[in-house]
Amino acid sequence: MLAVGVGEDIDARPPATIKNGSLDLENGIETELARRLMAGDAGAFDRFVEYFRAKVFQYSRLMCGQREDAEEVAQDTLLKVFESFDRLREPERVRQWVFRIARNACLMKRRKSVFAPARELSLDEFLPAVSGSGQGARIQIADWSGLPDDKLLQREMKDVIEAAIAWLPPDYRSVILLRDMEELSTAEAAELLDVTPDVVKTRLHRARLALRHKLDEYLRTGAAPAAAN
Amino acid sequence: MASPHDEHCKEVFALLSDYLNLELPADTCAEVEAHLADCPPCIEFAESLRKTVELCHRYQPAELPTPLGEHARSELLAAYQKMLAGRQGA
Repeated sequence: MLAVGVGEDIDARPPATIKNGSLDLENGIETELARRLMAGDAGAFDRFVEYFRAKVFQYSRLMCGQREDAEEVAQDTLLKVFESFDRLREPERVRQWVFRIARNACLMKRRKSVFAPARELSLDEFLPAVSGSGQGARIQIADWSGLPDDKLLQREMKDVIEAAIAWLPPDYRSVILLRDMEELSTAEAAELLDVTPDVVKTRLHRARLALRHKLDEYLRTGAAPAAAN
Repeated sequence: MASPHDEHCKEVFALLSDYLNLELPADTCAEVEAHLADCPPCIEFAESLRKTVELCHRYQPAELPTPLGEHARSELLAAYQKMLAGRQGA
């Protein structure tokens, strides 16, 4: 983790946006903002709100599926964060702590909405089809050579990724959002989700396979995945 | 994936995320790499999975939240100030 010196002017750094730099830099900024808020430095307030509001909004929009819900989850989460800020014992774990609160707020929203149903994903359903046999065997797979550079910035590709994530059952969706988008560690995600690290690993692998499968379908056929199966 | 029923391919298939995350024990990692070196279909599949993960890492949302309204900001600031006051009073 990048050490951020006390007194260093983090306000002079580029505005916080989602994934605007390295993970270490983000962690350093988050920790320093948390320390300043805990010390009663109101100058850190707006920056903390701007930074985490965007992050929680992104997570909850992908988790809950609705923009309006995501706006409410972001506000509810930050309210709870500030109400209980004195319970944050380790500022370097502020991201994990904020996302735990956000996750609970999303769970409350999800109970009220219709979304992809809970179900188990099996490994076998994502094994690629194979044509031929022996040394001549070929998996049936799209041409991935142009990804991710060529298409990532296209709006259509973002829509495909979002639809594929929405297709995932909630337990798998939450893991891939925390591990591969928020880039929490296996241990951090496990603690946040109240499951074992092995469960996180299992769900992450199946979620990635499902996402790969949906992206492969899109690359082969041009058809974006439906939001729920 | 020399065959849909090739058990070695399926074993590697089950380990690919741990492999990409560098979370495999050294001996298991070596076994996976030895298999990949000799199985073009598995390499092709592993590469597509790696790109899937990279897409997630580099994903930027198309939508941002609406600007924070003054009422919502005041609500948050009041909660923060109340927390600080409560801590000082404790």
